[in-house]
Amino acid sequence: MATRVEPTPAPAGAARPTDPREAVERLRWIWETPRTLAGALTTVDHKTIGIRYLWTAAFFFVLAGADAALMRVQLAHADSRFLSPEAYDQLFSMHGTAMIFLYASPVLSGFSNYLVPLLIGSRDMAFPRLNAFSYWSFLFAGCFLYGSILVGQAPDGGWFAYVPLTTRAYSPGPNLDFYALGLLFLTISTTVGAANFIVSIAKLRAPGMSINRMPIYVWSTLSASVAMVFALPSLTVALVFLELDRRYATHFFDPQGGGSALLWQHLFWVFGHPWVYVVVLPAFGIVSTIIPTFCRRPLAAYTLVALASVSVAIFGFGVWAHHMFTTGMSAMATSFFSAASMTVSLPSGIATASWLTTIWFGKPVYKTPFLYCIGFLLLFVIGGLSGVMTGLVAFDRQVTDTYFVVAHLHYVLVGANVFPVLAGVHYWFPKFTGKMMHEGLGKLSFWVLFVGANVLFWPMHHLGLAGMPRRVYTYAPGMGLDAGNFWSTIGAAIFSVGFLIFVANVVRSLAGGEPAGDNPWGASTLEWSVSSPPPAYNFARIPTVRGREPLWEQGADEIAALDSGARGATLLEGRETLGTTVMDAADEGIMHMPGDSPWPLALAAALALLFWGLMLRGFWPSLLGVVATVFALGAWFWPAGHHGPGVPPRRGGAGREPAYGGGAA
Amino acid sequence: MIAPRSTLALLALLPRQVPTTLSIFAARGRAAMESAALGWGLIVISVIVFLIFLGFLALPLWRNRGRGDLSMAGAAQAVRDQHDHPDEIRGILLLGLALPALVLAAVFVWSTIKTSAQAQPFAVNDPDASERADAVVIGHQWWWEVRYPRDGVLTANELHVPVGRRVRIALSTEDVNHSFWVPQLAGKTDLVAGQVNTIWLEADTAGTYYGECAEFCGPQHAHMGFTVVAESPADYADWLATQHAPAVPATQPEVQAGRAAFASLGCAGCHAVRGTVFQGRAGPDLTHLASRATLAAGTLPNTRGDLAGWVADPQRVKPGNRMPVVAMSGTDLQAVVAYLESLH
Amino acid sequence: MTTADAQAAGPPARPPLSAGRGGHDVGWWGMMVLLATEAALFSYLLGSYFYLAVQHPTWPTIGAPPLALVAPNTALLVASSGAAWWADRSADRGNRVGLIAGLALTIVMGAVFLGVQGLEWSRADFRPQTDAYGSMFYTITGFHGAHVLAGLLALGHTLLRAITGAFPPGRTLAVNNTVLYWHFVDVVWLVVFTSLYLAPRF
Ligand code: HEA
Ligand code: HEA
Ligand code: HEC
Ligand code: CUA
Ligand SMILES: [Cu+2]
Repeated sequence: MATRVEPTPAPAGAARPTDPREAVERLRWIWETPRTLAGALTTVDHKTIGIRYLWTAAFFFVLAGADAALMRVQLAHADSRFLSPEAYDQLFSMHGTAMIFLYASPVLSGFSNYLVPLLIGSRDMAFPRLNAFSYWSFLFAGCFLYGSILVGQAPDGGWFAYVPLTTRAYSPGPNLDFYALGLLFLTISTTVGAANFIVSIAKLRAPGMSINRMPIYVWSTLSASVAMVFALPSLTVALVFLELDRRYATHFFDPQGGGSALLWQHLFWVFGHPWVYVVVLPAFGIVSTIIPTFCRRPLAAYTLVALASVSVAIFGFGVWAHHMFTTGMSAMATSFFSAASMTVSLPSGIATASWLTTIWFGKPVYKTPFLYCIGFLLLFVIGGLSGVMTGLVAFDRQVTDTYFVVAHLHYVLVGANVFPVLAGVHYWFPKFTGKMMHEGLGKLSFWVLFVGANVLFWPMHHLGLAGMPRRVYTYAPGMGLDAGNFWSTIGAAIFSVGFLIFVANVVRSLAGGEPAGDNPWGASTLEWSVSSPPPAYNFARIPTVRGREPLWEQGADEIAALDSGARGATLLEGRETLGTTVMDAADEGIMHMPGDSPWPLALAAALALLFWGLMLRGFWPSLLGVVATVFALGAWFWPAGHHGPGVPPRRGGAGREPAYGGGAA
Repeated sequence: MIAPRSTLALLALLPRQVPTTLSIFAARGRAAMESAALGWGLIVISVIVFLIFLGFLALPLWRNRGRGDLSMAGAAQAVRDQHDHPDEIRGILLLGLALPALVLAAVFVWSTIKTSAQAQPFAVNDPDASERADAVVIGHQWWWEVRYPRDGVLTANELHVPVGRRVRIALSTEDVNHSFWVPQLAGKTDLVAGQVNTIWLEADTAGTYYGECAEFCGPQHAHMGFTVVAESPADYADWLATQHAPAVPATQPEVQAGRAAFASLGCAGCHAVRGTVFQGRAGPDLTHLASRATLAAGTLPNTRGDLAGWVADPQRVKPGNRMPVVAMSGTDLQAVVAYLESLH
Repeated sequence: MTTADAQAAGPPARPPLSAGRGGHDVGWWGMMVLLATEAALFSYLLGSYFYLAVQHPTWPTIGAPPLALVAPNTALLVASSGAAWWADRSADRGNRVGLIAGLALTIVMGAVFLGVQGLEWSRADFRPQTDAYGSMFYTITGFHGAHVLAGLLALGHTLLRAITGAFPPGRTLAVNNTVLYWHFVDVVWLVVFTSLYLAPRF
């Protein structure tokens, strides 16, 4: 973790760079990770970690998408025997679980990891090592979950795994143990990740970036992170209860033993509903960043949108039982949660109105990222409206657990997660890589994906209203379900083609995209003030912010100066960034940050060992895992050698790490 | 040989007139009609909201096309002109907050009125709802046990109700959660482990309605259907009387042989036939099997061929279901089927 | 004048620092977020406990758990927070002996608490497998015990570092945070104690 230190006068004789080139040289020496295997395994650079998150999430998206493709083949026509019921159940469960936990939220963590420090004008996250740990444990937990498919015993109780179906009596195999342990592992990763965002945003904003000047993307990441911190423990509790019931014959969910089957549903959805907002809020942030850029004006009603994202995160905790309208709750209770669901829609209305207003009074430039945002708007509003419909009890009792809900969830998830993510990739690709993506291919991928998504998911509304329950591995012909299912499968194929075009564009542009320049879109936020890709230290000089749209409001000279390092060297004494006050972002002092470290990876590996031990019910591996975890934690927090400021740049020399010990998370 | 057929294929083959639909809009009962009316209303409202939205989106996209460029100067000017413009904020509060709030409040009130009309007949967790209800439905992986407690009736996968009357049904489960759903008659109610939920069921028109399980309950969740027969009160009374009676004793030799095979093959370990010594509880009661329209929870029509196919290999049609394949000779099979067919 | 303006003025490379101006270090903030999520965790645990409680005519199904052991044990844990506070203050004042003694005392008291808790478990005539009440009781006290254990490990780690002399004044964040965590574990216990032991008596 970054540790605040008292001002230390530079030790006598330390080189004090005055020349900007020397300053940059020195910053590179301090911040750059050597391009070696050891460097790759120990780096704490938020940009590297962010990109890794993106790739890993994309990888899981393709796996989960392939699951869905198989499901769609099975459902293409009635009475198909392509998949066995057991296979189908594992596929839809893994599809849902992986899309939600291994794609939708990590992909946004990827963006936030890369962008938040740049957007707030910091050199890294508050806890760089914790950040590396988040990534490694996400990777291991994801492999743990998907490992179940390799042994043909994947979770098969749906992504919300209702008891009693998932208790030992009805699911004796290891399938649900993979689910419970894998998600518990992932929860650790996600919780520390969220904590890291909260603290970084609270404390590391550039001087002048008071909370009313924070980019909306930062607001949305903050709201989502706060929701995570309070929602995830509910899942943790549910999973622990489940695993105890399964392994040690406790009775949390066992009505015969005084437990309650509905307790699981409550715990799951108390987590689950806030979670669906977690996976859209940063995506809203992406949209709120891109639309203004391509409409060449600030976002309309900034304050309202910021408030809207905070209130979605808060109200999101009050609606969970709208997933349980048919469980026999009292009419009082269902009406309450129905009313709450109507209320939680209001902030989305405000956000939508703000985007529309921005476009209305803007001068749109039709680049690919903007098109994806338009696609988002169309899909999200359709999904939101079907959400409102299911929020009404008398209607939901007919459509719940049918394909109508499947249609709703895909319109919001694909519309408000996948499309913004694709918008974001096209938008920030130049920043990530220094190269532009191909506009023509980008537009083509947009149109194919947009048409594909609608052909894929629109018929599901009809299927649901025609009475097709969800999670059925097959259906009968002649019941009005044939055409809808057929078209849906066609849509899945179109969607896949669109995705392949997108992949082709990424590959092509990585190999030979045109050089991007620092700010190809003429955007306003701080990440565009630095080179593409940004240097390891992000900013040669921590910028001072004077408004919400720094690059638009602060003149060109000043922008150039933000990153030149020409105006006197700053913060060259080690891994340092500025800490500022929570509300006003007034300068508070220098934060020291730890450097690269092997311990995050070691700790994640130790946890992986522990969870595998638990999975295999091996006493010794589990014990070894515990010991390794404790050891890794101890080593992590053990103070590193003291390398005082002012160590002269010596490439590859000893003493690269300028961190002070002090709990170096 | 039976063709691998699934859930509803059989409905067309049934002697009775059966609606081949599960559409929530083909409502034939009060609760379903209310939901359907609400559903149409919501669809209309949603379309209107969407069109308004679309207008606000498409108009500027069209009107302002080609007016923008990526220069910084234009954007800098826009910051000065449009930063927190009060008109914009007012517009957003009106169109994004006030109007939606009105619409949402209206649909909420509408739905809540409908919901209260669909309230449960018994208090939540009423301990003796199961005794006092007209019918009790108990979920099993993957079939439905049906009891009429006051009429001494026990059957499976088929409910009968008098047309035009409100029937109170208690729902519980033997194993995992299921959900009771007859789209044409009413919305869903879950069968939750350790809990008894109750609903009103009412059919306005005589006919056979198809129901299905709507909560994922394991591999054969797709094949957990049932039928609801709404008939005149007189027919309903007849039906109750028939179902109440014990099985007719076997007289024909083949049927007697079948009965013996039923015992020796172990079928009786799982199935009960009232009026005999067969008292198994793991599978559906077969006392009046021949009177039922479908087999294995709506998976097959109750014809001789399908019955024989089911008994010979229940795992073929409904892989993973809880009835094992019982090896038997061709003659035994014929006999058992004959016996089962005699159970009117 | 802001930092950057000062730098723009020229060579004096160090920005004016204001570290002493109140406000908290990121480490403190990190600990606060951790405690928030931990507090949520215990709320969900206790929420589940009460969810089952209201559905049962008799709860605890086995009668209220005895206070004989747990009441003094609670007092001990509260006292250990005092010791931790003393260690914390000593660290801030550069009193290394006080720091080491305070930490050691806290660890001893915490360990005794854990031991007594184990004794209580072994004496109880119900198990987690008895019924849902048993499951809840052991899981909630077990979760708390695990947090005590984690606290003890952190305290032990800090003690080792204190012995090797790692905490000059102004660099006491690790001590402050560990002690903060210990106080939190203590407060959680008071809530658990009230819910599990006292509430059934009213
Ligand atoms: C990205 C994630 C996401 C988002 C944003 C939402 C948004 C909403 N969801 Fe959705 N939901 C899911 C993901 C999401 N949902 C998932 C995954 C499930 C299924 C879980 C499962 O069972 O597997 C689900 C299921 C689900 C259910 C349970 C259905 C059932 O199982 O029976 C309900 C019921 O109330 C619901 C309601 C809502 C509501 C009211 C919103 C609102 O927030 C929507 C608000 C937005 C708008 C309304 C559009 C924009 C507003 C305007 C244009 C203003 C004008 C509008 C009006 C006048 C109405 N959702
Ligand atoms: C972010 C979330 C997300 C996303 C993006 C998707 C994307 C898709 N979903 Fe999924 N879905 C869920 C979240 C998501 N889904 C959830 C939460 C559930 C509920 C699960 C449950 O009930 O427990 C669900 C359930 C669900 C069902 C219902 C299952 C059932 O109830 O029986 C179906 C059925 O068609 C489906 C289909 C699809 C399809 C075809 C896509 C497509 O968009 C996927 C397209 C992507 C690819 C195909 C991969 C990339 C393509 C290539 C690399 C090309 C080459 C590959 C091949 C063609 C094999 N999904
Ligand atoms: C281990 C228990 C078991 C045994 C043995 C068993 N069954 Fe079954 N039987 C079941 C179950 C469970 C079902 C319900 C299957 C379903 O629909 O999912 C069933 C369903 C049936 C049905 C359809 C009932 C209906 O209402 O649709 C018939 C007919 C039947 N069994 C006959 C037999 C015969 C004949 C035998 C012996 C050869 C036999 N069963 C042996 C458990 C058993
Ligand atoms: Cu029973 Cu699904
Ligand atoms: Cu929800």
